Amino acid sequence: MSKKEIVAMLLAGGKGTRLGVLTKNIAKPAVPFGAEYRLIDFPLSNCTNSGIDTVGVLTQYEPLVLNSYIGNGSSWDLDRRDGGVTVLPPYLRETGGSWYKGTADAIYQNINYIELYDPEYILVLSGDHIYKMDYSRMLAQHKQWNSEASIAVLEVPWEETYRFGIMNTNEEDRIIEFQEKPEEAKSNLASLGIYIFNWPLLRDYLEKNARNDDSAHDFGKNIIPAMLNDNRKVFAYTFDGYWKDVGTIKSYWETHMDLLAEKSKGLNLYDRSWVISSVNPNRPPQFVSRTATISHSMINKGTKIRGKVENSVLFFGVDIGEDAVIKDSVIMPNVTIEKGAYINKTIIGQNSVVKDNARIGVGETEEFEISVIGEGETISNGRIIEHGSVIG
Amino acid sequence: MNNVMGIINNNPQGISLKEITAHRSLASTPIAARHRLIDFPLSNMVNSGIKNVGILLESRFRSLLDHIGPGKAWGLDTKKDGLFLLPPAHIYGDNQIYKGDIENLYTNMDYLHRSSQEYVIVAYPFIVCNINYRRAFDHHIKSGADITVIYKDLETMHRDSHYTTIKTDSEDKLIDMKVNPDTRRDTRVSLKRYIMKKDILLDIIDNSVATGQWDFEKNGIASRLSFYDVQGFPVHDYIAIIGSVSEYYRRNLEMLQPEIFQDLFEGIGPIFTKPKDEAATKYTINSRVNNLIAANGCLIDGEVENSVLFRGVKIRQGARVKNSVVMQKSEVKENAVLENVIVDKNVRINPGKELRGDPAFPLIIEKNSVI
Repeated sequence: MSKKEIVAMLLAGGKGTRLGVLTKNIAKPAVPFGAEYRLIDFPLSNCTNSGIDTVGVLTQYEPLVLNSYIGNGSSWDLDRRDGGVTVLPPYLRETGGSWYKGTADAIYQNINYIELYDPEYILVLSGDHIYKMDYSRMLAQHKQWNSEASIAVLEVPWEETYRFGIMNTNEEDRIIEFQEKPEEAKSNLASLGIYIFNWPLLRDYLEKNARNDDSAHDFGKNIIPAMLNDNRKVFAYTFDGYWKDVGTIKSYWETHMDLLAEKSKGLNLYDRSWVISSVNPNRPPQFVSRTATISHSMINKGTKIRGKVENSVLFFGVDIGEDAVIKDSVIMPNVTIEKGAYINKTIIGQNSVVKDNARIGVGETEEFEISVIGEGETISNGRIIEHGSVIG
Repeated sequence: MNNVMGIINNNPQGISLKEITAHRSLASTPIAARHRLIDFPLSNMVNSGIKNVGILLESRFRSLLDHIGPGKAWGLDTKKDGLFLLPPAHIYGDNQIYKGDIENLYTNMDYLHRSSQEYVIVAYPFIVCNINYRRAFDHHIKSGADITVIYKDLETMHRDSHYTTIKTDSEDKLIDMKVNPDTRRDTRVSLKRYIMKKDILLDIIDNSVATGQWDFEKNGIASRLSFYDVQGFPVHDYIAIIGSVSEYYRRNLEMLQPEIFQDLFEGIGPIFTKPKDEAATKYTINSRVNNLIAANGCLIDGEVENSVLFRGVKIRQGARVKNSVVMQKSEVKENAVLENVIVDKNVRINPGKELRGDPAFPLIIEKNSVI
C-alpha cells in the first residue's frame, strides 16, 4: 500500500435508538434521507469531494444493509486501486476479540488498518450527520496552525447548548475546556464530532486509553479531555454551513422540511460543485398523472403520483393512488399509498402499504405530533391512526 | 442464453432526426426523460441473459461512448465477455465515406471470431421496446431456421416513419422483405432484431464484402430470402420506431399514457441507463402540473402539462410548458411559453419568450441555444 497523507475513519456502528422503529433492522447511517440518499452518503460524498480516497467504515449494529449499500464504494468513486472504502466490523484475533466498546475503541481495534497507509493525519467522522463540508480546508488549518488535534465546531443557539459537547476556546481558537451537554454552557460552540488528529499522537492516546478498563473508550468523554488535560494543541475549526444531527424523529422530520424550505435554510442538494452521491438505484422516470396535484415537495424517480402531494418528500418507488392526500410527510422507498388514503405529518418506513381510505396523523388539534410507521407495515383499509402514533 | 452474443447495429439507415442528431448518433438520442435510445436494446439483451455485447460505432460517437462507458450500468463491465466497442472503418479511409454496417462488421471480424458464443442477435437501437429474446431464441432453435426476424403487425403506420416490412407465408416463413419501402401496404414490421448462428453472420459479411454490398439488412437478409430460411417471430408488445422527428416527438409524448409507460418500464425487465447523481425533483408552491414524466434534478416553479422533462430541467415561475420535450439542463425562464416544442440540451429560453410548434410539426430548439 502506498502512503496516504490522511485516512478517514467513519463511525457507523450506532443503533440510533432515538429513531425507534426506523432503525429496527438497519444501522442509523443506513437510514434513508432526502428522497434519494441514506445518511452515510453525506460523509462519504464529503470525503470524495474533499479529495480523501481512503475511508474505513466502522460497522457493528445491523450491518447487513449498510455493507451491501457501501459495496465496493464505486458509488462515491471510492473503489480505488489504492485505498478506497473498507468496511471494518469487529473481529477476533489471536488474543481474543470484542465488540467495539466505544468510538475510541473502534479506532483502536483497527490500528492495523490505519498503519497500512502510514498516514500523517486521521479524520474521524460520524455516519449520521447531514452537512456538506470540505475536510481539506479543515486539514489546511490544522497544518497551518501546527495543531495536534482539530475539532470542527458550530455556533448553536444558546438555548440548545445543553444538547451538545461544548468547546470553550481562547481568543486564538485554542480549546481550553470541554463541557459535555452542560446545563450552563460557557460558550455556544458545539462539537460536530468531526476530528483531525496527528496520527502518532492519537495512536498513543488510544493505546493508553485501551489499557484503562474504567474508560468509556469515547472520543468526547475520554480522548479529548485527556488531550486537553495534557495541554495538547487542540484547536477549533469553525464551520458555518448547514449541519444537522438527525438523531431523533423530530429532527429527522424537521431536516426534511428544511430541504423544502427556501434555499437559505436547508441543505442545497442541487449544487453541482458539491454533489452528494448515492447508490442511485435504476428506476424509470417519475410519472405524474392527470389526476395529480403537487406543491412544495421533493419527488424522486420511480414514483407514480395520482393523488395530491403537498409539502412532502417522496423517495424512489413510491406509488400514490388517486384521491390520496399526502401532507407534511416523509415517504420512504417503495411505499404504496392506495386511493383515498390521507397521510398527515407522518414518516412512513420502506416497503409499507397504506390501504384504501386509511387515515394517518389525524386528531382534533391544531398542533399535530409526528406519526411514524415502521418498515414493511400494512395499514388496513379505512384504518384511522391518531397523530403522534408509532406503528411497528 | 450463454451461447448467444449481441450486436447493436448503429447503422442509421438514412434516418435523421434533424438538429437532434446533428451532434450525436441516433443511438445516443435522449428519450423518455432519463434514457437514450440505446438503453432499450442493450437492456433487452442483458435482461435476456446475454453477457457479450458488441456495439458498432458510427461517426458521431462521443456522446454514445460517454453514455455507455465500460458498460457498468448494464452489468457488462466483466472480465470474461462484457461490452465491446467496435469502431468504424471509414474514419481511417482516404475519403472517409461510410459504406455501411457490413464494412464496420468486417473491420471487427476478430471480435466475432474470438467470441465463444455460437449464436448472435443483431439489434438496431432506433426501435424502442421492452422484450425478452428468450422466447424468440427458443423458437429459432425449434424451427431450425437460418435466421429469425422478430416482427410486429402494426395497426397504424405513419407516412413519415421508417419501416422494414415483411410478408410471411402461413408458416411464418418470410417470402418478402423491404427496407423502408415507399408504400405502406405491408403492416408486418421487422423489429430489426435478427437471430442467427454466428456462422451465418460471418457468411453474410463474407458474401457482402465479396460482392461489394454494404447494408446488412438489405443485402444480407432482404435480398437473400431465397438463399436462407428466414422465419418470422411475432410479438405483441409496445414498440416505438423512432424513424423521424415527428415520430420522435409523438413517441415521447405517448409515454405519458399510463398503459404505454407501464408496458415499457414495468414490463419484462428494467431499462438501465447511465446513473447520474441528482437530487430529487423539486416542486415549489407555484408548481401546477398535469401529466408529465420527469427525471431527477428538475425544478418546477411554473406550469407543466403533458410534457417530458429530462434531468436538471428548470421551469421558472410563471413559465408554461405544454406538449413539449425538454432535454437535460435546459431552462425555461419566467413567464416563457412553450407549446409543441422539442428543446435540446442546455438551452435557455429567456423570460417572456413564446415558442409554438405544430402538433404534427414540432419546433426544435438546437442544443446550447439561448433564445
